[in-house]
Amino acid sequence: MKPLLNVKDITAFYGHSQALFGVSLQIQAGEALALMGRNGMGKSTTIKSICRLLQHDQGSIQFADQDLAKLHAYQVSNLGVGYVPEGRRCFPNLSVRENLEVAARKGYWNLEKVVDLFPRLGERETQFANTLSGGEQQMLAIGRALMTNPKLLILDEATEGLAPLVRQEIWNALAKLKRSGLSTLIVDKSLQEILQIADTCVVLEKGANAWSGKPEKLTSKLRDRYLGV
Amino acid sequence: MSITKSNAINTLLIAGLLFAALCAHVLSEPFIITMATKIAIFAIAGIGLNLALGYGGLVSFGHAAFFGIGGYVCGILASHARNFEPLTTWPFEFSGTTSMLVIWPIAIFVSSLLALLIGAISLRTTGVYFIMITLAFAQMIFYFAISWPTYGGEDGLPTYVRNSFPGVNTLNPIEYFLICFVLLLITLILCSIIVNSRFGLALQAARQNVRRVTSVGIDVYKVKLVAFVISGGITGLAGALYTDLNRFVSPSVLSWHTSGEIMIFVILGGVAHLFGPLAGAALFIVLEFVLGGFTEYWQMWLGALLLLVVLYAPKGLMGALNASWRSHG
Repeated sequence: MKPLLNVKDITAFYGHSQALFGVSLQIQAGEALALMGRNGMGKSTTIKSICRLLQHDQGSIQFADQDLAKLHAYQVSNLGVGYVPEGRRCFPNLSVRENLEVAARKGYWNLEKVVDLFPRLGERETQFANTLSGGEQQMLAIGRALMTNPKLLILDEATEGLAPLVRQEIWNALAKLKRSGLSTLIVDKSLQEILQIADTCVVLEKGANAWSGKPEKLTSKLRDRYLGV
Repeated sequence: MSITKSNAINTLLIAGLLFAALCAHVLSEPFIITMATKIAIFAIAGIGLNLALGYGGLVSFGHAAFFGIGGYVCGILASHARNFEPLTTWPFEFSGTTSMLVIWPIAIFVSSLLALLIGAISLRTTGVYFIMITLAFAQMIFYFAISWPTYGGEDGLPTYVRNSFPGVNTLNPIEYFLICFVLLLITLILCSIIVNSRFGLALQAARQNVRRVTSVGIDVYKVKLVAFVISGGITGLAGALYTDLNRFVSPSVLSWHTSGEIMIFVILGGVAHLFGPLAGAALFIVLEFVLGGFTEYWQMWLGALLLLVVLYAPKGLMGALNASWRSHG
């Protein structure tokens, strides 16, 4: 079966500084992949390359049988790649409802379905995004990405800096999304939760693949070596 | 503040303009009616710029080009019609027109087309480069108008008589005011629909964060270009109305001073506030009249006021009014 996303040996630069030295990963339809590694190992750069927010130099990125190399970021999103950026980044001067409506595309996900997933957003519908708590902003960022009706949802540090209860709420929502058959690529530091959701793990070190396999194969020795935990 | 209170301020503002013009008509004060007409016209121009500057974050210093081109379209069409000189002979003969209902769509079309050309190039830049490139385009057109003798060059182009509108005596100040007032209402409604649509939300979101908008599948360049074109079209309509108000158009409407004035209306009234340009235009024109009565250096006092607004009421007059109502409400 052809993978939904196939990233093959990509390299990427920030100016003259090389950040990726050959990253590869594959995601099948309905699969959840955990992209792991210590800080600065190239996880966010890989995500940005997939979303075309950063141009990769060598290698190829194929999504749903399409080469993403010549596409703009908005075209990648239109193909079905939903992106929840690090640091939430909602549109502060738009209301919750407007934040969601601006991203709306036809499909299963609409305002009602997002509010069903995150009831708190329904309570805050008319509030400006900059008046929400960190957790609510994160829910809004996930909701906004879902409103694009993606085939693949990419989450970059979705639970970072949130209170434990809110984090749990978000992990519950992600588990629901996985059960619904949505493919996900997750970058997160909450090892316990991410390993419960992921079907496959890819560990990066110094901008290249260091290890990949099933979560249960990620032994404490490997965790200690690559993740520092 | 509740939406109702905000609407009340907006209604007071628009009703105040109508009331002032009607009172002036009853008191036989045509000068006041002309001032109210000027406010309505400049408010339309400001609403056009506000769409690009306020909602889209596009600091255009070239909107005089659209205002002036709208004005010149009106002047050229009318002068050809009155002199019985064909404007074009091929592929068909067109002798110009004095009908406002024909002039307005042409003025909107030509200024929108110009906005499309200027926007397509300018929007490839951002920040200070965008300001400079829009200014450069407007100045190019300004110098072209000065050096084009066919339509009066530096001396400008008189149209002598106001153009016609079915069933209305446009030479009657109050009737011409009412035409401009209705167009102002239509422009406000149109802009309200635009800014609350998904397109308008995308435009506002792009002002806040281009990358985020791109990552939800929106082509930011296209959104900004469409907004710039609509903005240019609205400002062009205001230019056509201004030519009819004065029965004269000259290159001065194309100069950077005009761009600056339209920008002042928006900043004074409140950037990204639908009724901001109306409040700004009203304050500017009333101050021009009042301060002009005391001193010929009225611009200096206006400059001081603008400084105060920027420092102490960065959301403009409408923002300050809304805040003051909230604190007392």
